[in-house]
Amino acid sequence: MVYSLYISFSDYNLATNVAEPIGLENYANLFDDPRVGVSLANTLFYAVLAVPLEIIVALFLAILLNRVGRGAGVFRTLYYLPKMTPAVATASMFFLLLNGNNGAVNQFLRLFGIQGPQWLVDPAWVKPSIVIMTLWTVAGTMVIFLAALNTVPVELYEVASLDGAGPVRKFLAITLPMISGAMFFNVIVLSIAAFQVFDQAYVLFWRDQSNSSPEASLFYAIYLFQQAFRQFDFGFAAAMAWLLFVIILIITVIQVKFGNRFVYYEGDR
Amino acid sequence: MSMPIPRPARGPQPVRVPDTVAVTVPQHSRWRRNLAQPRTLAGRIAAAVLLVAFGLLFLYPFAWLVAASLKPRGEVFDNALIPKTFTPGNYAEVWNQLPLLSWMGNSIGIALLAATTVAVSSSIVAFGFAYFRFPGRGLLFGLVLATMMLPGAVTMIPIYLIWKETGLLGTWVPLWGMNLFGSAFYIFLQRQFFLGLPRELFEAARLDGASYWGLFWRIAMPLSIPSFIIVFLFEFQASWNNLQAALIYLNAGSVDEFTAPLGIAYAMTKYSPTAGGHGDYQYVMVASLIITLPMLILFAFGQRYFIEGVATQGRKG
Repeated sequence: MVYSLYISFSDYNLATNVAEPIGLENYANLFDDPRVGVSLANTLFYAVLAVPLEIIVALFLAILLNRVGRGAGVFRTLYYLPKMTPAVATASMFFLLLNGNNGAVNQFLRLFGIQGPQWLVDPAWVKPSIVIMTLWTVAGTMVIFLAALNTVPVELYEVASLDGAGPVRKFLAITLPMISGAMFFNVIVLSIAAFQVFDQAYVLFWRDQSNSSPEASLFYAIYLFQQAFRQFDFGFAAAMAWLLFVIILIITVIQVKFGNRFVYYEGDR
Repeated sequence: MSMPIPRPARGPQPVRVPDTVAVTVPQHSRWRRNLAQPRTLAGRIAAAVLLVAFGLLFLYPFAWLVAASLKPRGEVFDNALIPKTFTPGNYAEVWNQLPLLSWMGNSIGIALLAATTVAVSSSIVAFGFAYFRFPGRGLLFGLVLATMMLPGAVTMIPIYLIWKETGLLGTWVPLWGMNLFGSAFYIFLQRQFFLGLPRELFEAARLDGASYWGLFWRIAMPLSIPSFIIVFLFEFQASWNNLQAALIYLNAGSVDEFTAPLGIAYAMTKYSPTAGGHGDYQYVMVASLIITLPMLILFAFGQRYFIEGVATQGRKG
């Protein structure tokens, strides 16, 4: 870590292994390079889109499974299978499924008279496409919610029913507060993961260096990787890494501050 | 502002799920389940329909993948789930055109090394945190957990430069070597398990003259096999999927030295029309299917460990 901080203040020469201190120059360069801003904006956009959707879908599926009782195990297994699929395989599969002209997704949409977008070509749809791939593997988050739902005492629902509370009220007043710990954990973990999204975008857009790729798919982790291991500008890349760390830290701190007001821990009184 | 939550009444409490890693996935008792179910018939049907619909949604890409892998090039995009022209020859073609066997062998070798080292090293560190009481233990453990929050990107460059110094670039070592130092989440998991073991067991063994190493090796380890398996399987999967590290450390080598994910990225380029290929994506699908299969087999055998491991992650939250 400390080494990384040092490199970010230096001009690292790969041939001689000498890291020459150059002060804040790398950080100044960060702000001069428009692609840093672009990749950061892309990543933020992706995170803001992906994290809430993942939470909603995972929670919905967990509640569904929790209500079924018998047979839930089979469906839990089915839902979990995508999570076992390597990200590169997911990406190559969805590369074809999301083909704008003949992909299965657009063919399905056509059944309803909807002309699907050019998912992986149209800059506006690149990030939603990657969100779809992420949502396909949402089962990990779902299992965490499921485990939390299992610990909610049934008596609470019984009492609420006696008091005449409807399903929405029960969900808002009992379920959500009781699983707020898991919610909090999921939001933080998914946010950190969203800021480091790499595999799908790399396989789909950036594996081939000669290929010009839509700038909409330039995520922060991709650009960082390129700077470090394609341009071998380690100082610049290390500065990028530290900027990312600070951003994630700030967001996590905000989430913790915000979360503390809402999260109910079993231990507290 | 904390929400006013009525606490469950004292007296017979529902069975509490222990914080330790119990490998049987905790399920509530039958009466509890029934209460949670929708009471009306319509509600039940709606839930069943939704479940099946989502099941199909999640499974469809797999079915499509299998179908596409058995189609000739011209039919990949007809999206039929049963190939019109059944082409099992794709598999033989891929076998000839891509060094799949080498990729799988490399990935299995690296994943085995990575999983074994991280499971052993994390257990040792976890045992230290669970058994010994020393000043600053809480702080130190907090530091270990804090590394979980550290984005991999921050350590990626210094770790690369360190491996460069050692001259081990291009070998497998950088892909599993860091695992010798354990990993925060796994340490947490194993420590939880060790803390659940009765301390008397260790005290008794001490009286019988067991060394600390003996305590770990003869008592803690055999009893913690379930959580050891969780750690092993998780890391095996993580290593199998790891594209970025393979890109950093193996991309410069020959194609035979690639791992499975790196191989798929390579195949995507090889068959891509923009890079001079003919768009033979059915071959990419064959390769994708083949590298996914080991993970599905792993899941078939270790499903409860995967689910329990993920559920434990949330329980600490």
